[in-house]
Amino acid sequence: MSSSQSLLELLSPYPPGWGGVLLAGALSTVLISLGAYLVGIAIGLVGAIGKLKGNRPVRFVLDLYTTAVRAIPELILIIGLYYAGTDGLNRILSALGLPAVEINGFVAAVAVLGIVQGAYMTEVFRGAILAIPVGQIEAAAAFGMRPRLRFRRIVLPALLPNALPGLANLWMSVTKDSALIAVVGYQELALATRIAAGNTKHYFLFFLASAALYLAITLISNVVFAALESRFRRGQPTTA
Amino acid sequence: MDFSWIFSYWPLLAAGAVQTVLLLVISVVFGFILAIGLALAQVIGPRWLKLFARGYCTCLRGTPLLIQLWLLYYGVGSLLPMIPGLRASFLWPILREGFFFAAVSFTLNYAAYEAEVLRGALLAVPKGELEAGRSFGMSSSTLLRRIWLPRAVRIALPTIAGEVVLQLKATPLAFTVTVMDLYAVAYKVRQDTLLVYEPLMVVTVFYVCLTLIITRAFKVVEAQVPVRR
Repeated sequence: MSSSQSLLELLSPYPPGWGGVLLAGALSTVLISLGAYLVGIAIGLVGAIGKLKGNRPVRFVLDLYTTAVRAIPELILIIGLYYAGTDGLNRILSALGLPAVEINGFVAAVAVLGIVQGAYMTEVFRGAILAIPVGQIEAAAAFGMRPRLRFRRIVLPALLPNALPGLANLWMSVTKDSALIAVVGYQELALATRIAAGNTKHYFLFFLASAALYLAITLISNVVFAALESRFRRGQPTTA
Repeated sequence: MDFSWIFSYWPLLAAGAVQTVLLLVISVVFGFILAIGLALAQVIGPRWLKLFARGYCTCLRGTPLLIQLWLLYYGVGSLLPMIPGLRASFLWPILREGFFFAAVSFTLNYAAYEAEVLRGALLAVPKGELEAGRSFGMSSSTLLRRIWLPRAVRIALPTIAGEVVLQLKATPLAFTVTVMDLYAVAYKVRQDTLLVYEPLMVVTVFYVCLTLIITRAFKVVEAQVPVRR
């Protein structure tokens, strides 16, 4: 073991140290999570409306999607979707007579994690929409609002406070699930750490450092979500 | 679709399934015991113990399991040989295995999540029942053993079922530290036969079946106590 002085040098953000690699990894973890989160929200909103308003086949397909994604281990899902997705896209392209493309690791990671998030989001949004008092939606309908306008002006603002705790949980889980992307070889924080640790042989130090980075992401997110919830709950009566 | 490989690989698949189930059972059983201690520490412990237990839960729930596993396997694993005499001891063959590190890190991680569930359940036990027990002259340890803990576990049972399923879905991570669990077998089949999807599908079916068995088992346990709703 070397002295603490050289351990600090190993973590320094400038090239002899590996701190920069870790920070870049942390940045790409946050970006992947953010991208997947947004994709998940989009899928979730569409899915929730489909589950509540759709006809039988739509509801069946959505049920299959949410049940399957929530029953299969994330690692298998991510690896399966990663290979099936890139392979499937190229097969479609070649069937259309187009050249195969090399899919960007970042896009694939966002898409795969987004599909996983979407299933959980669907359930969160479905519950949040169901928790809106029916009278509010009926009142909007009585005022002659069209479904689109009703959704944008009444349902969306009213479901947010109900959905926020679930959304916060999902954000925490996507930042941690993004570590699984390391297994398929895209360089985010977990893989960057492994590379840094493997090169310097200071495994303990680097894994501890990346755990601290993940923890920092979680703790900061906690603060942000608490602030968001108190903002969206303003004007609501406080319970307990 | 080609499933002919199953005939030559089924012993390996069965062994992998055993490893997966073993990891699940070890982490759930020991994690639960640890969680009881952590939850009690948070509810009735002295200040320093409360802070420690809360910090433990925050740290283990705030970092990915993969990082915890790698920290133990690569990090602690690389420090272990420096302990004098350990390599010569009878423990070394166990301490060298990826399975040991996977079991330990899954247990510690499960305990953190479970402790949070149990903490809520302990607080949700109606005060009157505890007071009734106390008025019968039960000592605090009898009260805990006969009333507080059993009631809390019963309250938490549906959540515990969910946690066990989540734990099952976390076990494939063990393959990253050389454990030959079910997923690792699927990986090996892929490398041997160049089939990508078939092994994944077979393994998936197994995980889904296990999930169904777990949820069924918990339903049976929950039905043991009639509840008026």
